[in-house]
Amino acid sequence: MALDDRKSEFTFVGTRPNRPDGLDKVTGRAKFGADMSAPGMLHGAILRSPHAHARIVKIDTSKAEAHKDVKAVVTRADFADVPFKPGLEGEFWNVLENVMAGEKALYDGHAVAAVAATSALAARDALKLIEVEYEVLPHVTDVDKAMASDAPVIREGAADYSVPEGMHPNVVRYHESGHGDVEAGFAEADLVIEDSFVTEATHQGYIEPHACLGMLGNDGKGELWCTTQGHWIAQKTCAALLGIETSQLRVTASEIGGGFGGKTTVFIEPVALALSRKANRPVKLVMTRSEVFRATGPTSSASMDIKIGMKKDGTISAAQGVFRLQGGAFPGAPGDMTAMCAFAPYNLTNVKQVGYDVMANRPKQAAYRAPGAPMGAFAVESVIDELCKKLDLDPVDVRLKNAAYEGTKASYGPRYERIGLVETLEAAKAHPHYSAPLKPGQGRGISCGFWFNHGGETSVSLSLSEDGSAQLMVGTPDIGGSRASMALMAAEVLGIPYENIRVTIADTATLGYNDVSHGSRVTYASGLATIKAANHAVEKLCERAAASWGIPTDAVKWENGCAVPSGPNAGDFDPRPLADITAHMGSTGGPISGHFEATPEGAGVSFGTHIVDAEVDPETGKTAITRYTVVQDAGKAIHPTYVEGQYQGGAAQGIGWALNEEYIYGEDGRLQNSIFLDYRIPVASDLPMIDTVIVEVPNPGHPFGVRGVGETGIVPPLAAIANAVSHAAGVRMRQLPMSPPRILAALKDNG
Amino acid sequence: MDYHSPASFAEASALAANATGITRFLAGGTDVLVQLRSELVTPDTLIDIKKIEGVSDITKNADGSWTIGVAATGAEMSEHPELGGDWPGVVEAMDLIGSTQVQGRATLTGNLCNGSPAADSVPAMAAAGVTVTVTGPEGTREVAVEEIPTGPGKTSLSKGELVSAVHIPARGEDGGDAYLRFIPRTEMDIAVVGVGVNLRLDGDTVTEARVSLGAVAPTVLLVEDCAKAIIGSTLDDAALDALAAAASAACNPIDDKRGTIAFRTEVAGVLAKRAAKIAYARAKGEQA
Amino acid sequence: MSKFHVSTTVNGDSVEYLCDPRETLLDCLRDKLNLTGAKEGCGTGDCGACSVSVDGRLVCSCLMLGVEADGKQIETVEGIADGDVLHPLQQKFIEHAALQCGICTPGILVAAKSLLEKNPNPTEEETRYWLAGNLCRCTGYDKIIRAVMETAEELREAS
Repeated sequence: MALDDRKSEFTFVGTRPNRPDGLDKVTGRAKFGADMSAPGMLHGAILRSPHAHARIVKIDTSKAEAHKDVKAVVTRADFADVPFKPGLEGEFWNVLENVMAGEKALYDGHAVAAVAATSALAARDALKLIEVEYEVLPHVTDVDKAMASDAPVIREGAADYSVPEGMHPNVVRYHESGHGDVEAGFAEADLVIEDSFVTEATHQGYIEPHACLGMLGNDGKGELWCTTQGHWIAQKTCAALLGIETSQLRVTASEIGGGFGGKTTVFIEPVALALSRKANRPVKLVMTRSEVFRATGPTSSASMDIKIGMKKDGTISAAQGVFRLQGGAFPGAPGDMTAMCAFAPYNLTNVKQVGYDVMANRPKQAAYRAPGAPMGAFAVESVIDELCKKLDLDPVDVRLKNAAYEGTKASYGPRYERIGLVETLEAAKAHPHYSAPLKPGQGRGISCGFWFNHGGETSVSLSLSEDGSAQLMVGTPDIGGSRASMALMAAEVLGIPYENIRVTIADTATLGYNDVSHGSRVTYASGLATIKAANHAVEKLCERAAASWGIPTDAVKWENGCAVPSGPNAGDFDPRPLADITAHMGSTGGPISGHFEATPEGAGVSFGTHIVDAEVDPETGKTAITRYTVVQDAGKAIHPTYVEGQYQGGAAQGIGWALNEEYIYGEDGRLQNSIFLDYRIPVASDLPMIDTVIVEVPNPGHPFGVRGVGETGIVPPLAAIANAVSHAAGVRMRQLPMSPPRILAALKDNG
Repeated sequence: MDYHSPASFAEASALAANATGITRFLAGGTDVLVQLRSELVTPDTLIDIKKIEGVSDITKNADGSWTIGVAATGAEMSEHPELGGDWPGVVEAMDLIGSTQVQGRATLTGNLCNGSPAADSVPAMAAAGVTVTVTGPEGTREVAVEEIPTGPGKTSLSKGELVSAVHIPARGEDGGDAYLRFIPRTEMDIAVVGVGVNLRLDGDTVTEARVSLGAVAPTVLLVEDCAKAIIGSTLDDAALDALAAAASAACNPIDDKRGTIAFRTEVAGVLAKRAAKIAYARAKGEQA
Repeated sequence: MSKFHVSTTVNGDSVEYLCDPRETLLDCLRDKLNLTGAKEGCGTGDCGACSVSVDGRLVCSCLMLGVEADGKQIETVEGIADGDVLHPLQQKFIEHAALQCGICTPGILVAAKSLLEKNPNPTEEETRYWLAGNLCRCTGYDKIIRAVMETAEELREAS
């Protein structure tokens, strides 16, 4: 869509009405994944490997099968024979192998068998009757060790074409990009800093464990209810893993209790369906929290080397990064994304980035809010901060000096369209937080962050009712208030009150394929499709009005919820409100609906700048976040309160990642902290209020200027906090999380 | 799993004495249920002691000492109008355990008998000189709190025995206690280090002291060298440094997911100083 | 293994169920009484999504056995509204967007109601510590804390 038909004056967009599903969610009425039941329903449970790496010699399920309460037991043999292919080409095979182990258990928590029984307790008890004989194999969980020549091989043949000769078989994908001549750039620099950084894996930590209810008959027809960010991907994947036709499986998305990228694939859904097919009864499967930590997708862990050269005036003359990401026992760690995002905020003459996707004996990584980007930003923005400190330069000024803008050739290749990085930096600099005095023991850090944002396949329908109300069907699960945004955009086009629009998350039988609620795409892509579907309905409304007036359709326009003649020459007719047209639609041509589907390409990249103050207790190494400000470009905030919510949530997750969250593996390769007691996400008393500034630099790729806002907010916090802590403690922190023992040890090492 | 809710401690003791397999007593259940749900411990016999009369009572005795029922919750202790005035350290230590929700259920006795080296209330109780009544098939006996845990998850209670009351001594004049723990967050964590200090003053001079450490050894430690370091002092910097050194020296911790040996050893000294200052201020009748 | 017959009161209604002694109060509320408002986020008392009040005391229903509920008065999120009139906290949570995904919301509402009953004028710090056992992963707590404190203020003005 061209810039000139982008709307800039709004009636509904930019207001802050109550969300349409508010009542359901404050009364306990909303149905989440585990809240559904069916007549005759069985309860499933999954047996998981206690070993990080082991050959499965034998599984004896006979005792479990013989138990009176057990109605089905499944193992890998009960799934389809999906072909193996290297890299991400074989993603269906990778997902199947993750859903139910084949020849080997590849990580602590890997599913090896499952049962369905008449109660949840009976199912849990029956797992103890399954006998598995393992041959324990050497394991590796650390990314650097997994790349070393003596590392145990997770799977031969998993590497794709991109991997250079001579790499360990655990390196399965390779990325290299950039432009200019970094060596020449380093030679021009007044100061070059080269440093290494490490981040541990973290988990999305959604409060709702994975849950589903599946029913599959021997006729290959099925129903699935599940908590997911995308029910079409669940439909497609489950069908492939069970060997049935995609369209024969209808998937309904429950309300979703958080996802953050972690519910973009399937884990238990194919298992519930396989159990159901065998038992010929509906089967409910609900993960425990420990299963969520052990066997769903955390982030990658990362090991990174950064080299940046800077001139005395703050100009970055060259930048180079090597990013090694461990993504569990399957290809998919976003080493490429980390590499592409790391230097993306800056207008660089010489830049080079390399990313590795490395396998280890850990669960298959899944997306987590701007997957891959926060780690790279941590490393790069830490080095920039150190350069600013050594050259005595203001960190915001240096970033402004190097900031990318419209037309800049991005570090990862393309030229940027209109972007808002400079505006976020200027807003940060002007914010009272940036100039507020610090107390002794406190430090201030800033960081920029970038995320691509995504369009994706999208299909939306809107139908009008006789009374002039509207039903909007979208295919992207509402994770954080998107029904409100959709209704606002539809109201804006139709000119009817926000409250008169009912937004439904449609099932897979109702709309065409919809990509997952990920990539910060919902308000952008489903929003764009909503606007166009509403426009489509408006065209039909205008046709009906034109016919009733006996004038051509193009002589009618839509204004404030009414069809009106487009000008004096069109005729003198009273405006016909929407409800007046729909009241007669049955006799004037039938139902009026609007529809739109596409794969929109203009998502519009997104930038943010964060300011954070941290206070470090020098005797214990404990950090308190005392003040936090998020500045981010939203393009156009449809419902500003929910935009603020995305900013605050991203910052809070970043605070957890920076300070205390980490996957801790023992020497035995088993996860040590698989409950919320020891996987320490921020609690209410850990955080300050999180201030937000919504910058609006409209996205030329969206009719109302929207840029996705969901993910960018987690990119700057790791670095911003590391910079604040490093200033407060007087020692550079290069490893996340900056837990008290690590900070205290760094303080001791520093004397 | 068999579930019983006896009406007396004697009945509870008899049930436990005659049970086979694993037996657990259920008070607040905030440990028992976690272990049950995660299948770490699935008792064969579960004995709920909350139907026994008086188990939730908090009583100040005529001599100024306190008797705390084995099912009295942390919330009930915190809300008690007088208990926190006498023993702020004990009450705060109990209050630090878990969330508001956990406080609605968790008990001193459960925290003690769970046998965790990191139990928050235990160092505070040991410093305060708390004893418990143990009821068993042979009758009752009085045991010092620090004698109950014998190792992670283990206690000195024998088959058929259970704690039936908790006794906190009379506060007396010019005394004060405090408990501090280190956790990475502000709430909801298990102590990485815990320090309880209880002392009495004569003027500005410390005349009696008990210092107890948690989470730095397989069981709670009552460290005499720490007490010696401050007895006779006015808690001047030299005494505080000696206290910190003695606390660190007493540590015999492990490296685990919650902290390192070096960290625990160092922070035990830091917290001992801070807790001692608070106890000292309280003994002087100052706000702390 | 025999089951226990439990008679209890939930949101003012007399109810009965049969339960295995291993089943938690949360299991019984959700699976036997179809009150699915309380959620299981962790099963270890660490997330607060299953918060209910028992005889006026805030607890995690995952940390209490179903059999222990016999004779008690239990209040869940389903009982917070007065008929079709939302509790001021519920109304304020909607207005403030104090929820994104909404999975923690039932537990937070039960816990916040309990706070305001005990302390009508909580400070921000008191509110944050009271709710520290209710994990929210979406909001960063900002809008939740504001909603609770603003409700407290309105309730004080109204009384």
